[in-house]
Amino acid sequence: MTDITSSTAAELATLIQTKKASSVEITTAFLDRMESLNAKTNSYLHIDRSNALEQAQRADQQLAAGKASSPLHGVPIAVKDNLTTTDAPTTSGSKILEGWIPPYDATVVTKLRQAAMPILGKTNLDEFAMGSSTEFSAYGPSKNPWDLDRIPGGSGGGSSSAVSGHLAPIAIGSDTGGSIRYPAAVTGSVGAKPTYGAVSRYGLIALASSLDQIGPVANTVLDAALLQDVISGHDPHDSTSLPNSLGSMVTAVQAADIKGLKVGVVKQLSSDGFQLGVKACFDDTVAKLVKAGAEVVEVDCPSFEYAVAAYYLILPAEASSNLAKFDSVRFGLRSMPEGNPTIERVMAATREKGFGPEVKRRIILGTYALSSGYYDAYYGSAQKVRTLIQQDLAAAFEKVDVLITPTAPTTAFKIGEKVDDPLAMYLNDIATIPANLAGIPGMSVPNGIASEDGLPSGVQILAPAMQDDQMYRAASIIESLYHAEWGAPLISRVPNLEVL
Amino acid sequence: MAKEQLMPYEQAIERFEVVIGLEVHVELNTASKMFCGCANNFGSEPNTNVCPTCLGLPGSLPAVNRKAIESSIAIGLALDCQIAESGRFSRKNYFYPDLAKNFQTSQYDEPIAYEGKISVELETGERFEVPIERAHMEEDAGKLTHVGGATGRIQGAEYSLVDYNRAGVPLVEIVTKPIYGAEDKAPELAATYVRVIRDIVKAMDVSDAKMERGNVRCDANVSLREKGAEKLGTRTETKNVNSLRSVENAVRYEIQRQAHILAAGGSIIQETRHWHEDRGHTSAGRPKSDADDYRYFPEPDLVPVQPSLEWIEEIRKTLPENPALRRKRLQEAWGFADLEFRDVFNSDLLDEVEQTVAAGASPQSARKWWTGELARLANAQGVSITELAITPGQVAEIQKLIDAGELTDRIARDVVAGVLAGEGEPSQVIESRGLRVVTDEGALIAAIDKALASQPDVLEKIRDGKLQAAGAVIGAVMQEMRGQADAARVRELILERAK
Repeated sequence: MTDITSSTAAELATLIQTKKASSVEITTAFLDRMESLNAKTNSYLHIDRSNALEQAQRADQQLAAGKASSPLHGVPIAVKDNLTTTDAPTTSGSKILEGWIPPYDATVVTKLRQAAMPILGKTNLDEFAMGSSTEFSAYGPSKNPWDLDRIPGGSGGGSSSAVSGHLAPIAIGSDTGGSIRYPAAVTGSVGAKPTYGAVSRYGLIALASSLDQIGPVANTVLDAALLQDVISGHDPHDSTSLPNSLGSMVTAVQAADIKGLKVGVVKQLSSDGFQLGVKACFDDTVAKLVKAGAEVVEVDCPSFEYAVAAYYLILPAEASSNLAKFDSVRFGLRSMPEGNPTIERVMAATREKGFGPEVKRRIILGTYALSSGYYDAYYGSAQKVRTLIQQDLAAAFEKVDVLITPTAPTTAFKIGEKVDDPLAMYLNDIATIPANLAGIPGMSVPNGIASEDGLPSGVQILAPAMQDDQMYRAASIIESLYHAEWGAPLISRVPNLEVL
Repeated sequence: MAKEQLMPYEQAIERFEVVIGLEVHVELNTASKMFCGCANNFGSEPNTNVCPTCLGLPGSLPAVNRKAIESSIAIGLALDCQIAESGRFSRKNYFYPDLAKNFQTSQYDEPIAYEGKISVELETGERFEVPIERAHMEEDAGKLTHVGGATGRIQGAEYSLVDYNRAGVPLVEIVTKPIYGAEDKAPELAATYVRVIRDIVKAMDVSDAKMERGNVRCDANVSLREKGAEKLGTRTETKNVNSLRSVENAVRYEIQRQAHILAAGGSIIQETRHWHEDRGHTSAGRPKSDADDYRYFPEPDLVPVQPSLEWIEEIRKTLPENPALRRKRLQEAWGFADLEFRDVFNSDLLDEVEQTVAAGASPQSARKWWTGELARLANAQGVSITELAITPGQVAEIQKLIDAGELTDRIARDVVAGVLAGEGEPSQVIESRGLRVVTDEGALIAAIDKALASQPDVLEKIRDGKLQAAGAVIGAVMQEMRGQADAARVRELILERAK
């Protein structure tokens, strides 16, 4: 690992701005590391060295001409493979899209290009972002750099393993029920899901439209803030995108002051069901906050109990409809059935062959939940739970600025451990799902190593909708309390992958 | 397919009460599509007006066209509807290759407009108030062309082609409540209602309103019940009846077909039916039940449409005159007898006559041109009268020349022929064809004297007071003048010269 690949995005940006390193040099360093290590981590599904270097070259030329496009100008980035890119295949981790090159760039990808951030490659994910481990990727699981036998979280395990393994300084993820925050927690990195609508979803291959949100995966809170500032903003292509800017997250981080910070600990997400080491890390975070002067109180969110159940009705319902377009007619895989190839039979054969087991499971669940006669009992009830959760949160945020919970119930589990137990897998997201149901921002920050297995743990910070700045403020405070103790980001303790 | 057995119409009406319900799809003429910026343009090369959104590509999202909402609200207001404070879109899920996303984005439980009514006047002057249940927005599907089969239908085709130019074109579906009490007039009421809708959307310029292009399409629901029965009978829905005549014929056919089945003790299958105009019958489509499961749910990619009261009132101000009120006003202004007016209205010539009058012609002369000579010419050319290459202004100009005595009716017809043949404005035709009434009385008198001299017996008769004998001389004179003389003046001169 060179100094370059162990640097934060903010540090790299400074190197570039001060002409101490070029974007080409930095991008080359990461490409070299990717080429030697991706076989071990399977972080990337697609790497195109010459294309990445061309982008880096352009960034350098712009800078030479005096044009700095963004605070991250020239810093290379990894992009989750469920965002459309015109210059790289976009598979969403599925065989049904193998080889598909989209005719348009996602809005976020356009913003990265405008910010002069070279794209290193497209990162692995559970098929259509359905999963918590990347084990449901049609292209094999990604590995956790802390222990290559373990999962890097999901669905955005490609991005989390790339960032924590220093195969990218920073990455784009998407979060429907925790797919940015959970992978960040189990890899010792930072991940943020902005307020629903803060970042355009145009070009994000939809899982569940009302829950999906794009966000940053990073080494540090400041890096995440830098990236969120680059990618957020209103987009006329996305009707659900917020009309107004939420302000600068970088400013929120730089101005972070613990004075007057009121923190709520969610009663329902602080006791039962958490691994002992994870619970110990969380208690430590609370103790640190209290010691540093924050006011910490317990808050009650009784409806959180129903969050996972509601989520697994709303998500499959929306997904069953969103995934209907994969029918072989206009793009992607076409599988011809034996016998008479009527359109119905071609569609059926393609979907049979192209979708993996978890995708089929959720399409069937969702189709059932929306069926006439069941709609009210399932989808209707789930929407009511969603309202109740929003009410719980509204009441909680009357008392406190932010809420904190452990991000994940356990540290990273072993590959294969839960793959045949969907319910156990679904419970990984128990703490992250409420933020998606309520549309509020949520973020995971490393808060130590679980003593029993030596693996990283994360603390989740939740803030009211459109107060992402409060979330970044609290995240920055917590991070600085730990950095003061550790002397460096947790991520610097990742084992040397080259010798593993 | 063999025609089904039918009960004679009068007998069917005698025995059963007819209940109809009409769903009219109006294709809006917005510049762009409902949910993307692609051109809403009929007749482009296949799959040229497409983008990731209307092709349903992964990652694409819809964004609502504000103009389409405005047009939909305008239609709702014209139908005396309430406008919803908040109208959300839903997804109607079903797989079909013309449907890019395999769901249609449509308003379902929250239509933009609801609870309206519209007055419909039949040819006899009888009026019905048709209750409107709702008008909601939805997107059109692509167009399928089935290749290789005998029928052009999907059954038996070798392959099918999809053109997504139409995918995402904005539609407003107007749904009536059940219409009772039309009895034997039900088919005519159905057709007249569709026509009223078409006239309204055309007058408002929210649709091109051409039925032959599918801008206005009708699905006709028909059910029968024994007279006095309370329970509604099972209905059939005849799809895409695409001309006014087809609407009338299809409803009449379904009444007769269902009456025969019910009278024989059978029951009606709830199904969609296809109307075959060429053979004059309907055939069974797919079975349809109220339990058809489209798995509707609110479209999560769109926020609900919430038109402000100010916006609604602004739109209300732009509404054109109600067509029924306009008819009343025009008939009074023109002083037409009921029959005369109905002739103009039924031939769809209100606009033409109005514009001709506005250009200076008298109402009666305008009416005569459009329902007479011009209708005849259009018929002879096999085109619709509005497609004739002559404008109301040109018709009025020609009429003014007649009124000034510069053209006779006969010459005027030649001028019209010249205009239609593309020879230019009436004045240019008159110039180039040398068409003008001969007002040189010297020439007329010379011709008259010549004719009288060659027909001494006629001269005698006139002198004996048999003035009608002058007709033979008029003919000869007009022939001599190549028709370019005023026959009345010629007659006067003949009588003078015969003295």
